Amino acid sequence: MGAQHADLIDQLLSITAGSRLDQIRRHREIARDNVQKAYDALFSPQDAGAVSLLERFAIAGFVAGLHGQLGLTDHYIHRLTLLEGGPALAVIVGSETERGAVQGPYGDYPAGPLSPENKPGLHYAAAPDSRQFLGAKLSAAFEHAHLLVFRPRDASRQALQTLLDAGWSNDGIVTLSQLVAYLAFQVRLVEGLTALAASASQTTTEATFSQALAAGANS
Amino acid sequence: MTTTISHPDNVPPVAFTQAELGWIPWLDPLTEADLTDRHWAGLVDASRSKSPYFMLLARDPEVLEARTKADKDIFYNPNGGLPRAERELSATATSRHNGCIFCASVHSRFASTHSKRRDDVQRLLDDGLGADLGERWNSVKHAAVALTDTPARFGETEIAQLRANGLDDFEVADVISTSAFFNWANRLMLSLGEPTPAQ
Repeated sequence: MGAQHADLIDQLLSITAGSRLDQIRRHREIARDNVQKAYDALFSPQDAGAVSLLERFAIAGFVAGLHGQLGLTDHYIHRLTLLEGGPALAVIVGSETERGAVQGPYGDYPAGPLSPENKPGLHYAAAPDSRQFLGAKLSAAFEHAHLLVFRPRDASRQALQTLLDAGWSNDGIVTLSQLVAYLAFQVRLVEGLTALAASASQTTTEATFSQALAAGANS
Repeated sequence: MTTTISHPDNVPPVAFTQAELGWIPWLDPLTEADLTDRHWAGLVDASRSKSPYFMLLARDPEVLEARTKADKDIFYNPNGGLPRAERELSATATSRHNGCIFCASVHSRFASTHSKRRDDVQRLLDDGLGADLGERWNSVKHAAVALTDTPARFGETEIAQLRANGLDDFEVADVISTSAFFNWANRLMLSLGEPTPAQ
């Protein structure tokens, strides 16, 4: 420990030391470091007792896939396939991702003035065959993850009771919730930074800046 | 068998507001007697042991610690980037779009405090994401909403609009991280408990 840990987002976006994106990220260096630490805490946990690594990577692959974030989906599915039982599970994750992929956010508000903004949409349940393969606990996690990804305002106490009834503990539910919510953050950070990186070549901000400097030096 | 905590006497707010709401959990938070050094480190500020939300999240202390430190840097770091008011605007627009009445109440209040534009902030809450907040705020709002859509549809158009309103790379990056961060926060607040009315 104490060695420099690789940064997943830098790897995914091929961000090199000193590059424009590296400078942008290091402008909020504490955030940058802790985004990675949260990833480490979720996927190399000190204590995986409440949620197994197999469960963590399967859920992460499903959630990244539902967001259509290809780089992160590949990453989590790859990590899943390295685990015992992972390759077979990855097949189910793939088919359930296809079944569950819709567009959000949607869902209902508490009855009242916001009710006209209610928006219907899929209430996902794992396919019967998948459910049999995943078992009650992981099936319930997938269904809860889908709820959090696409219709977070539909979340309810009953949804947590469903998790408890399926064998989740209080500690496990907190970790599961953090995992799905973190992924919702991570996919957007990757999407946003990818777009920002792409915008460089179009606006050539740095080149324009250098030209302006050069012009200034010449005048 | 563990069960959830019901709050039969609570009447959760049904509209967006800048008022100071409370929040109560559906699962048992830890108690101070449960806390080890690992948990205290996870809470970051000892005063957070008074918050049922943070004491519930302390069930996974390493994730909570990293989340809290990222949160503080994204929103409070005064070194350049987006003015604080607009970071809070981004959080508010994100929360409005996902439908987190509690998160929107906290961050709309901060947006108002830092911008002195309480009426504009209130129109965002009342009228929704179509509210006209002026060009620069509209560009931040649109970008936050585009990134909050699932799948996200944030790209060239949003960045061009932000740049047209004078945002540089560091400011655009702050729009991205504040909106992304509230996609994390909204999902925890909405799914682990419920808001309570202002006192």
